[in-house]
Amino acid sequence: MSTANCSARWWHFAHEADAGLAASGSSVAEVFEQIALAMTAVITHEPIETKTCVEVRCRGSDRELLLIDWLNELIFEMATRGLVFSRYEVDIDGDRLTAKAYGERVDPVRHRPAVEPKGATYTALAVREDADGCWQARCVVDV
Amino acid sequence: MDLSRLQKVSDFEWRVQPKAAMRVPAVLFADEALALQMDDKVYEQMVAVATLPGIVQASYAMPDAHWGYGFPIGGVAAFDPEDGVVSAGGVGFDISCGVRTLTTGLTFADVGPCKSMLADALFEEIPAGVGSRGAITLDDHGMDAMLSGGAGWAVEQGYGEAADLTRTEEGGCMAGADPAQVSARAKQRQRREMGTLGSGNHYLEIQRVSKIFDQRVANAYGLGQDELLVTIHCGSRGLGHQIGTEFLREMVNASASFGIELPDRELACAPICSELGQRYLGAMRAGINCALANRQIVAHLARAVFARFFPGASLALLFDVSHNTCKVEAHEVGGVVRPLYVHRKGATRAFGPGHTELAPPLKTVGQPVLVGGSMGTASYVLAGTASSEQRALSSACHGAGRAMSRNAAKRRWRGREVVDDLARRGILIRSPSLRGVAEEAPGAYKDVTAVVDAADAAGLARKVACLTPVVCIKG
Repeated sequence: MSTANCSARWWHFAHEADAGLAASGSSVAEVFEQIALAMTAVITHEPIETKTCVEVRCRGSDRELLLIDWLNELIFEMATRGLVFSRYEVDIDGDRLTAKAYGERVDPVRHRPAVEPKGATYTALAVREDADGCWQARCVVDV
Repeated sequence: MDLSRLQKVSDFEWRVQPKAAMRVPAVLFADEALALQMDDKVYEQMVAVATLPGIVQASYAMPDAHWGYGFPIGGVAAFDPEDGVVSAGGVGFDISCGVRTLTTGLTFADVGPCKSMLADALFEEIPAGVGSRGAITLDDHGMDAMLSGGAGWAVEQGYGEAADLTRTEEGGCMAGADPAQVSARAKQRQRREMGTLGSGNHYLEIQRVSKIFDQRVANAYGLGQDELLVTIHCGSRGLGHQIGTEFLREMVNASASFGIELPDRELACAPICSELGQRYLGAMRAGINCALANRQIVAHLARAVFARFFPGASLALLFDVSHNTCKVEAHEVGGVVRPLYVHRKGATRAFGPGHTELAPPLKTVGQPVLVGGSMGTASYVLAGTASSEQRALSSACHGAGRAMSRNAAKRRWRGREVVDDLARRGILIRSPSLRGVAEEAPGAYKDVTAVVDAADAAGLARKVACLTPVVCIKG
């Protein structure tokens, strides 16, 4: 079960060719929000305004596959709409994920985006709950 | 990589004999220093690939191998058409990512005075980086025509010349492409991305032929000392990424239904003869055509810029290789020539002299094997050899291969310093992202010269020429 003292945070782990995303949080929804922030940080460290909101829905009982689908939906929305996101609100009810991603159109001058994610891979993929009730997630994204 | 787990066959070949679930050996081509530098994950991944159903001969890793997903990058594996599998992870997300090199007939001295303006013009005209869009918008009909026709379609649309096609793998058009198997989402992702470089390690470079190792082959390739070349490294853009994403997901879901036991989900695959396998092949081949058309268009944009600066110059295609593919090829296995589905993920096809798929004059000397460096370091032109067929099903390395993660590179270098340092060495960088430049710093890659020397010594391909960068448009 979720605990209040589990800090919501994200970080990157080393992968030779691609980007290793990792996050922790007090719930699956929170850890999914955090790992999406880790993906944003692969693209840019610059401030992103929350001018636009995109709704994302995916479904799956396997949490790891749901994580893959969540990240791939964001990649698709960024690629086709030309957006970058800085805030995520994820709600997970049973096997359904509904989320809102807030951001703006990518601006090469202001955001100076370093690299574009191509897709989420199944390498080092994990979504699990620690003994202390803290959720952890990892995924390698091809860039 | 812990080399105690491999048997040393020669100074440039290491082998893991079949054990446990492995169906064939795993073979690594590298000298000891390169092999030691490799992540242990390369060992794990090449061994895991050797467990897949229907794999023939061996699971190979090239001298530039590094940790990928599923297959190592720099991995080669061939499968039997009846018992074998096709793997979306064995091709990669960037389907048919590859390298195209054009000769210019210009020398370094010709370009020197206007180098900076030329760099600016190329950066202006060739869309590069995250979110960049091409000038072409494809409607549904145009999209399907492009996915069926590849570089041939691009030539019909006025991008480049028919002569380019004989210098492109598959004659510029991958047979068996089925646009109907490419999802609407994949097509949507591509609609505005034709003629774009993309980001990451993709680039357009002006390079100088700085050293010739094999004059005879260099002559056949039209390479002269100090002459300038244009090299383009990019792939199938969003369309390929989306095809990879969707089929990898579908294969993960379906593997169990095929009775395929996988050591890891990342190796997800489907039998070649299954409906899913056939659908993937149809879509993946359409992705190959997308990449061929994309490089054809980018080359056209580069030609237009050169025509402004050097009206008499003619940019002729030396060759176009793809290094993320699965292709049906005839190979000799145990004295019998048979068709195989050859996955090359971060590996280049390297057909030797006399191969039926090569047109003269390449047929007499072997296929050009284009090995891209990293920004600021050398690139190489090699030639396919007869021995490569026996060594690794006519395959060779594709680049330097990363030695360091992007984060580590970013911590170590600043983009501005990298650009300034290269400028002092006479190499002009143009990029929309200084952070991207830092992540792609030359020092983040293995020594491409060591990689190429190992490929040459292992008999995978022969060195022909060394190219040093003059201008790099970095995606």
